[in-house]
Amino acid sequence: MTDKVLMRGTHVIAESAIRSGCRFYAGYPITPQNELPEYMAEAMMAIDNATFIQAESEIAAVNMVLGASMAGARAMTSSSSPGISLKQEGISFLAAQELPAVIVNCMRGGPGLGNIAPSQGDYFQATRGGGHGDYRSIVLAPATGQELADFTARAFDLADRYRSPVVLLIDGMMGQMMEPVVPPEFMDEADIPYRNWILDGARGRPSRIIKSLILDPAKEEEHNWKLYRKYENITKELQITEAYQIDDARLVVMAYGTAARIAKGAIKRVREIGLKVGLLRPLTLWPFPARAVEDASRFVKEFLVFEMNTGQMVEDVRLALKHRSEVHFYGRPGGVVSTPDEIAKVITSLYYRLHLEEEQ
Amino acid sequence: MSKPVFHRPKYLKDAPFHYCPGCGHSIIHRLIAEVIEELGIGEITIGVPPAGCAVLAYDYFDVDMGEAAHGRGCAVATGIKRILPDRIVFSYQGDGDIAAIGTAETIHAANRGENITVIFVNNSCYGMTGGQMAPTTVLGQKTTTTPGGRTAPLHGTPIDLSQMIALARGSVYIERTSVHSVRHILKTKKALMKAFTAQMNGRGFSLVEILSPCPTNWKLTPVEACDHIEKEITKTFPLKVIKDEIDADRQGPP
Repeated sequence: MTDKVLMRGTHVIAESAIRSGCRFYAGYPITPQNELPEYMAEAMMAIDNATFIQAESEIAAVNMVLGASMAGARAMTSSSSPGISLKQEGISFLAAQELPAVIVNCMRGGPGLGNIAPSQGDYFQATRGGGHGDYRSIVLAPATGQELADFTARAFDLADRYRSPVVLLIDGMMGQMMEPVVPPEFMDEADIPYRNWILDGARGRPSRIIKSLILDPAKEEEHNWKLYRKYENITKELQITEAYQIDDARLVVMAYGTAARIAKGAIKRVREIGLKVGLLRPLTLWPFPARAVEDASRFVKEFLVFEMNTGQMVEDVRLALKHRSEVHFYGRPGGVVSTPDEIAKVITSLYYRLHLEEEQ
Repeated sequence: MSKPVFHRPKYLKDAPFHYCPGCGHSIIHRLIAEVIEELGIGEITIGVPPAGCAVLAYDYFDVDMGEAAHGRGCAVATGIKRILPDRIVFSYQGDGDIAAIGTAETIHAANRGENITVIFVNNSCYGMTGGQMAPTTVLGQKTTTTPGGRTAPLHGTPIDLSQMIALARGSVYIERTSVHSVRHILKTKKALMKAFTAQMNGRGFSLVEILSPCPTNWKLTPVEACDHIEKEITKTFPLKVIKDEIDADRQGPP
């Protein structure tokens, strides 16, 4: 049994990754996630077969991770928004070559250089693949220190299970905030599932090729459909949400990550004055938990999406609702962090405007 | 009973090469396969093919092969080698791959002293995409993007990546050879043997740059292309051992 410890988010991810069998990390400094590679550098020194590399670029880092993954290691890289843009080449190759890897994006204000404040501007990039070609990455959106620990461990399992890149999508606030956490148990490396596809030298078996060049369009099409079938399975098997006070709700707020914690604080406030408002929080952004949204729409006709951007996840909410319910949006892009009071005011104003206090 | 004097190397698959007539890649593939066989490392070798003319190298080498994105061979090879330090890892890269888009990955892998072997095939143009100017295109050379010939003021001068790599303290062995004649083919094999052996002995980063004819894009016959290497290309890229510190007393590689 591991004791509860007080740790900042970036350290939680790093420690949880190591405990989950991550033996290769490559990264490049960028704020606000530098404490993650720094923690890795120190912690991995103490592990015989672990490799930490401060790479010359984000591109090199993700391609080193790709090599380590080919060689059979649980491998990870981390960065923040502009650096994640550079990693997209590697993420596309990881998806195409069906290689497991975990990529942490500690999002900051953008576009361009933006700033180093917490943001959710990379939702589209993360959930739509991000790099070139017809692929998806699994995108996990933890919101608490404990979820960072649990979802880091889960990210490595999912990456292995589906042979796919998995993105942990957090922001600078979650990366910096210290919270009490019970880290995952140390994984016995023997428990990491056997991989029958890695490149470790063709001893006593035929030589293997890991590649994504498929010149014949018919075969490339089949490869795309193969990936698509995998994505269909993931969509069926992996939709995670937290529902908070939605049973009697007349209005459901949808938010993820830091925005969801702010929204929860706001909902507690408006509940005190009798407004029937709940929270539906996606923990998987891809696959988007459309089922839970659809289920909620059977009894809730008004949805408010709150994001720290100009409106990205709101498109997935609209797609899931198929016009069965109304969708409202409130966003603060650019690294502005709303207070629960601000969101409580937004909720209250909308609630009265929509006349939801009237019994129907 | 007659003894065969020429046979397919064990680690070359029985597949016809797709390369153009007179291209150097097939010779270089064969040399690498011979070296792998003679060193007895076929079952522990992992190759990293490039994007470029040799992108299909995995169809020919009968060892484990993992494709890298354009220019990222040394980064991918680094990842593989760090996880499997007792395996032999080589990347196979063209001049555009290694000396333009992958310059950073190559220099830094060399500087870290990654214990890998890089085969750098220099044909002074982008062959697969149709013969555009490469960083190694020599002055005066006409390509599809230097129709009037490469000039220093407009295009810069040809880059000598091997010399740059030699400056990196983690590199131990760098030689420039060619495959334009039998004598040079034999020298190239010796250089490859030395580079792979250096890796087997844990010495650090080794690189063999091989000048290779591209008759198709040079618009020459295969014989003229070999002559062109001898008379023109070697003026810019002289054949020599650029660095040999294999036996130097030095801090070991990672």
